[in-house]
Amino acid sequence: MNTTWSRFNIASLVLGFAFLYLPIVLLVVYSFNESRLVTVWAGFSTKWYVSLFNNQAFIDAAWVTIRVGLISATFATILGTLGALAMTRYTRFRGRMLFSAMIYAPLVMPEVITGLSLLLLFVAIGLDRGILTVTLAHITFSMCFVAVVVQSRLVTFDRSLEEAAMDLGATPVTTFFKVTLPVILPAVVSGWMLAFTLSLDDLVISSFTSGPGATTLPMRIYSQVRLGVTPEINAACTILIAIVAVGVIIASIANKRREVNRARDEQAAARN
Amino acid sequence: MKSLGSFRRKFAPWNDPQAKPFIAIENVTKRFGDFTAVDDLSLNIYNREFFALLGASGCGKSTLLRMLAGFETPTSGRILIDGQDMSGIPPYKRPVNMMFQSYALFPHMTVEGNIAFGLKQDGMPKNEIEARVAEMLKLVKLEQFAKRKPHQLSGGQRQRVALARCVAKRPKVLLLDEPLGALDKKLREETQFELMDLQMKLGLTFVIVTHDQEEAMTMSDRIAVMDKGKVKQVATPAEVYEAPNSKFVADFIGNVNMFEGTVTAAQDGKINIDIAADKMTIRTDATRDCSVGQTVGFAIRPEKIRLSRKEPANSSVNAAYGELYDIAYFGDMTVFHVQLENGRIIKAASLNAVRTVEDPLGYEDMVWVNFDTDAGILLTA
Repeated sequence: MNTTWSRFNIASLVLGFAFLYLPIVLLVVYSFNESRLVTVWAGFSTKWYVSLFNNQAFIDAAWVTIRVGLISATFATILGTLGALAMTRYTRFRGRMLFSAMIYAPLVMPEVITGLSLLLLFVAIGLDRGILTVTLAHITFSMCFVAVVVQSRLVTFDRSLEEAAMDLGATPVTTFFKVTLPVILPAVVSGWMLAFTLSLDDLVISSFTSGPGATTLPMRIYSQVRLGVTPEINAACTILIAIVAVGVIIASIANKRREVNRARDEQAAARN
Repeated sequence: MKSLGSFRRKFAPWNDPQAKPFIAIENVTKRFGDFTAVDDLSLNIYNREFFALLGASGCGKSTLLRMLAGFETPTSGRILIDGQDMSGIPPYKRPVNMMFQSYALFPHMTVEGNIAFGLKQDGMPKNEIEARVAEMLKLVKLEQFAKRKPHQLSGGQRQRVALARCVAKRPKVLLLDEPLGALDKKLREETQFELMDLQMKLGLTFVIVTHDQEEAMTMSDRIAVMDKGKVKQVATPAEVYEAPNSKFVADFIGNVNMFEGTVTAAQDGKINIDIAADKMTIRTDATRDCSVGQTVGFAIRPEKIRLSRKEPANSSVNAAYGELYDIAYFGDMTVFHVQLENGRIIKAASLNAVRTVEDPLGYEDMVWVNFDTDAGILLTA
């Protein structure tokens, strides 16, 4: 393999990374700007972070977002897992193709359409728009993602594990909680995290379905930006980026460590 | 009275008309859509028997095993275990345990946890579970691996955990689906004897599914040879080998020289079969009813055929002259392919009972093949 770095390679790498990360770097750097003006550097300061934590509207929006995220991710995970189970277990029923297409459709459905149709539904059944409606809307669109993630794990799941459990005297319910769920748990957890992240940064569907007192953080940021970008928003975004980055780093380290341990165990097992 | 095979079997409840079968499979049929996996099959399996279902893949043997375990429901017919009708009884309420081909060890539990799983489902007290698990670990010699997870074990160790897990509950019947399929040859041979010892020690009834005839012959008391959802023959390994009831079984089990011809003479308990295709006549004991003019099959195992350079004493009966065409050396025995003057190739095997041979046979040598009138198998089915 050619391991030397040609100039072309270096240039394309730099350009690619710049394209991806330059905007984020700028955003982070200017969150520590002394000046009110986002485009003029006036020295290092953390005052925008202080003012962000004193901004009650932002804090409220953050709380709403977290609550909606936790609840919707949890329900979406339960529903999505059940859907995935149904899809992989009952492989021969009438209309399975249609059913499966209907599970995947919301993944590619324009958010505006999902948002608008949900809004019309809530109006039609007379549901007051607020935290409840936003949460319901988030469950609706994120459960499909969970279903896809969990289904991909279930496809490779060895059904004889469940048969073995039942053969040893476990009822179907015990089998699910003692064998199936623990084995597919990593997929269920990543499904939950995906649903939570999707809920966290959703703007379009939230805007359609939310009401007074249920402003999420992305909505708050967006409405603030329309009045002019302040470094406060940079600070808020920097915090979000930090949280996400820390999460991703922890997850990948844990994953890597598990893989290394597993490979080592398997080698040890093969030796004796 | 002469008997088949090289040893006598003490355990033979199937010959006792008073013995009640422990597992009775009565006219069981299983269909998957248009495909009939098991076709109107009846079988009796006795207590403490080591019973093998032998057949090529797709013959319905695994489906039958899964019906015994309760994972599949018969389309018609019924299964009784210990006198109890199993219809409508789910797998978790049956007095049987199954060992899976993939072992199906729970990856998130330790070896101990795997073995204790079934006992916990029965609500056994904790100290009894611990004692039983320790006993099982000792039985399969895995005491020092109790805290390991399945992926930290070798293939042979996993197989033993799977075995310990399904005997831990002391089931009446143990079902084994290709239990040795994933092991290498050497380990497989060792494990065959371990399984037989275990079955004796625990006094269980074993039903094993396998496509490996050597495995079935070594371990089991009786073998059911299956084809296309039907049982072709149920008999002891020696009977299946030395007295197959059909061309299918004769051909399926072991190596064989197969002929087909017409009966031309029947006298004094012996018959002549004219093999038109090979322009030869075979004389054999009339072990089955047949009449002159009937088309019959004749099968003879390679090791029942003698090879010699000299012309045999009575060369007018069951003897032919030919050229050594191919030689396959297996260490313990050698199989010679002899091409007769009529073009037919005959397989003859000889045991290598001594290490050194004076003037051994070689390629293109001219040799005589011959066999006695009681050496072959007359087949009418």
